[in-house]
Amino acid sequence: MKKNLLSLRSTLTVAALVIGSMVTAFSLVSCGGGGGASGTDSTASSDDALLGAGSSFDYILFSKQFSEYNKANGLKVNYQSVGSGAGISQLTAMTVDFGASDAPMNGKQDSALSSPAIHIPITAGAVAISYNLSEVKDTLNLTPDIIAGMFLGTITKWNDPKIAAANKGIRLPATPILIAHRSDGSGTTNIFTTYLSKVSPDWSTKVGKGSSVNWPTGIGNKGSEGVSGTIKQTPGAVGYVEMSYAIQNKMPFARVQNKAGNFITPTIASVTAAANVQIPPDSKVSLTNTDAPDGYPISGFSWVIIYKEQKYKDRSLDRATKLLKLLSWMIHDGQQYAGALNYAPLSPAAVNVGDAILKSATFDGKPIL
Amino acid sequence: MDTSVENGAVTRSDHPLRVINSTPEAIAKAQRRVQRSFRQIRTESVFRQSLMIIGLLMVVLVLGILLTLVVQSLPSIKALGPKFLWGKVWDPVQDIYGGLPFLLGTLISSFLALIISIPFSLAVAIWLGEYYPKGWLPDFLKNTVELIAAVPSVIYGFWGLAVLVPIVRNLETHIGVAPIGQGIFASSLILAIMIIPYAASLGRSMIQMVPSQLKEAAYGLGATRWEVIRSVVLPYTKSGLFAGILLSLGRALGETMAVTMVIGNTSLMPTNIFAPGNTMASVIANEFTEADKPVYLSALIELGLVLFLVTVVINLIGKKIIDRFTND
Repeated sequence: MKKNLLSLRSTLTVAALVIGSMVTAFSLVSCGGGGGASGTDSTASSDDALLGAGSSFDYILFSKQFSEYNKANGLKVNYQSVGSGAGISQLTAMTVDFGASDAPMNGKQDSALSSPAIHIPITAGAVAISYNLSEVKDTLNLTPDIIAGMFLGTITKWNDPKIAAANKGIRLPATPILIAHRSDGSGTTNIFTTYLSKVSPDWSTKVGKGSSVNWPTGIGNKGSEGVSGTIKQTPGAVGYVEMSYAIQNKMPFARVQNKAGNFITPTIASVTAAANVQIPPDSKVSLTNTDAPDGYPISGFSWVIIYKEQKYKDRSLDRATKLLKLLSWMIHDGQQYAGALNYAPLSPAAVNVGDAILKSATFDGKPIL
Repeated sequence: MDTSVENGAVTRSDHPLRVINSTPEAIAKAQRRVQRSFRQIRTESVFRQSLMIIGLLMVVLVLGILLTLVVQSLPSIKALGPKFLWGKVWDPVQDIYGGLPFLLGTLISSFLALIISIPFSLAVAIWLGEYYPKGWLPDFLKNTVELIAAVPSVIYGFWGLAVLVPIVRNLETHIGVAPIGQGIFASSLILAIMIIPYAASLGRSMIQMVPSQLKEAAYGLGATRWEVIRSVVLPYTKSGLFAGILLSLGRALGETMAVTMVIGNTSLMPTNIFAPGNTMASVIANEFTEADKPVYLSALIELGLVLFLVTVVINLIGKKIIDRFTND
């Protein structure tokens, strides 16, 4: 009898183990589908560490800012650089305090939220057009028309009359153009395709804008390093990469003609200038094709996104205040770290709008800041 | 053998005489022995049961994964219908998702890789299995081939991008196709190298298991080495060789990182084997993190479901073929 009991008990133990691991496996797979909703309980657990997730573009700046803020105020911030889309999913699932995205939330994402969210511009970045033409020593000038033509596949050779007209005095080779684009969904692609949709009606109808689009021509590579690798090793290749990446890797990049007609080199200054325009009160504006005469036209904000009403789930007022103070610090004092890391500091206009948006955040209906 | 005296007669018995020892120590010892054997029986049954449960767990896991894939791809199946399988356009901006370019890309690159790798894996298997089974050089070759399987795939991707793609581009300029370098052909080459060890190792051990009587009989009939390999060794091992090839195909179908680094990642339909293309696995890896619409995410998961089913179907076909070979 005792023997039977023992054997029954061990069978039960094994069965419990099996069921336990099955449950784990199931919850793992179902999490994977829901956009990586990991660390579900940590939001509420401790108030001395905030959680964020999203844009990988912001990651380097955020690491620096959060480490400096931690030194001064002792607040820890864990940021997962999982991509803008995944960051928004995690905010939607309320598993993080803030999301970060290179594109404002679209209508479908907005409707998935249980309460309205606000966007705070946190930094600005730009997309550079890099190319590989060993014969050409001077910097090329590109007009919006040329860029759209190349990426649509209608301009196929470097000595095309349109390119020659914008670059008088430069001998252009007859090398075929090979387009290199990002294969992974990315905010860089979003800024670039938003720009092309604005300047080219053809692009807007045939391709459109998004973090992943159906490219009419060219080859895709994963990440900035993939695209720049293809550009470096393929004669005649042209592609778009994040400006900070292009500067750090000393890649050649073109001057791009802006709305005012000036050819602008992408630099931190010209990106900040692009953001010094009239910004709507919700800050959800694309800086591409900016009106600023000295602004680089393929620029864009990166935003931190939080819920407007900070009392949700079992959040404390203390936690909400800490979050708002952190964000306020990031758009003011935190901006001093941007330049050295090749991020464009926010323009005064953007900081003002950001301040107003932060003041609109509430806890249980009452303003926090 | 004991001799004893019983009823005045001397009998011989094969068994020693047993006198039941009834001292308390002896009884305790006997009880312990009985308990031990009960414990052994119990351990046996627990062991057997855990083996069965762990085995069942594998089945549950596979079914669970299948179930998850089906459930998560339901929104896309509802929205797109079966057209997902033969739609040629993959346009996340307009919510049009057709998986055909990726299905084709996966199948073309994997089968091309298989065709390229078979001569090499067969050669390695025959050389190591039949000609030089022992010695430092075969050992070295065997370990090197097995090392190929151990190298992480991202390293193949790097090597492919830095070394192989420029070579392919050179080749393409000579044969007059667009000199891009990256494309289905480059990814097939990388895959071919990555899958050689699977077919080669299995083939080698199969060839070594051919009974020597068979081979000796063939030699006795005056067969040459080549004739022995062709008419004895290969027919005897064909199901094993085929299983190895199937294993390598499975590896090629699911390979993600190395492929995505050299295939050119375009959603356009592949026009020839040098054109850039894309595979199901690499599309999922590329676009999953930024899939910002529910249908888009679901379409990517459906792509995973299709990949899962393709692998299952190819494995089933392979099993059937192996069975037929073995029944001969």
